[in-house]
Amino acid sequence: MSVYKKTKDTLQVVWTFLKKPTAKYSLGTLLVVGFISGIIFWGGFNTAMEMTNTQEFCISCHEMRVNVYEEYKDSIHYTNRTGVRATCPDCHVPKEWAYKVVRKIKATNELFHKVLGTIDTPEKFEKKRLKMARSVWKEMKATDSRECRNCHDYESMDYTEQGRRSMQQHSKGLDEGKTCIDCHKGIAHSLPAMYEVDPSAAVNTK
Amino acid sequence: MKRSTLIGTVMMLSLGLLANQALAEQVHSLRGDNPLDAQSKEPKSMKWQDDRDPISRDYVQQPPLTPHKTKGYKINKNFNKCLTCHSWANYKEAGATKISQTHFSDRENNVLANIAPRRYFCDQCHVPQVNAPPLVENTFNPLQTIKRH
Repeated sequence: MSVYKKTKDTLQVVWTFLKKPTAKYSLGTLLVVGFISGIIFWGGFNTAMEMTNTQEFCISCHEMRVNVYEEYKDSIHYTNRTGVRATCPDCHVPKEWAYKVVRKIKATNELFHKVLGTIDTPEKFEKKRLKMARSVWKEMKATDSRECRNCHDYESMDYTEQGRRSMQQHSKGLDEGKTCIDCHKGIAHSLPAMYEVDPSAAVNTK
Repeated sequence: MKRSTLIGTVMMLSLGLLANQALAEQVHSLRGDNPLDAQSKEPKSMKWQDDRDPISRDYVQQPPLTPHKTKGYKINKNFNKCLTCHSWANYKEAGATKISQTHFSDRENNVLANIAPRRYFCDQCHVPQVNAPPLVENTFNPLQTIKRH
């Protein structure tokens, strides 16, 4: 009870202080100080958020470095003919600010499981792979593969420049209103045991 | 008796050694006449051939060649990339060739419900092509009954 009262008292003091109009500082000073600290805080917030938006940050956890990062290094998004590279956040974090902040808040769940050590060995990771993959597929399906489309846009895709199979599949996909992830699963990371997803494309390992 | 056996053995051995040496001097491997301790010439880098229509066979029972690139395609116990288009369940939608019925039988000729494990690793037989000249000159021609040429 006393702790509760103490907290209440402290809050009361802070509130009274904040409510009191200032008579000491000029409006100009307040504005300038407010403006500058606003820039610093906002800038600092965004810089910190951008720091968590780099590949170095992602692979600073061994769960990412030894599993999905190694697999990604085999993929076309890592090395290719033209040398354009898509790193982790390019595909896994939305570019638009509001969506990005929502994703960053959702990432607290990942921090929680980092602490629990849910996937801290390759064996544990493999056990959870289908579940984790499914949640990424679901999210990409829900956003109409928004992160893919930052670079790959149906509108700017010239099918006639594509190979025989791609041309056929892409024009068909567009007609049927499909989204990238419907077909392009496992393009950057190893797929989970796919027997449950497509029994005709895997052996039954159970 | 004992002595003659010994002499025979020694003679055989020395003959063998000589023959070996003679052979060693004549070996021309596909990597060229490069001495073992020297760097061999870097092979010209080849390009995987782009997608095209199915390539017809040159002899009976030839595993059809893969008429497209397969770079990055994985085949392991979790997943077989080829089957996402070539399985019976998927070939129609993908517009691909379906895998042969023979691939469903195990070696005792039991017909299975899915591709037999011994046929699961497609690229053991079905291989994509590069623009490479033949390693050895040859005059092989398919019979007219197999392929018109």
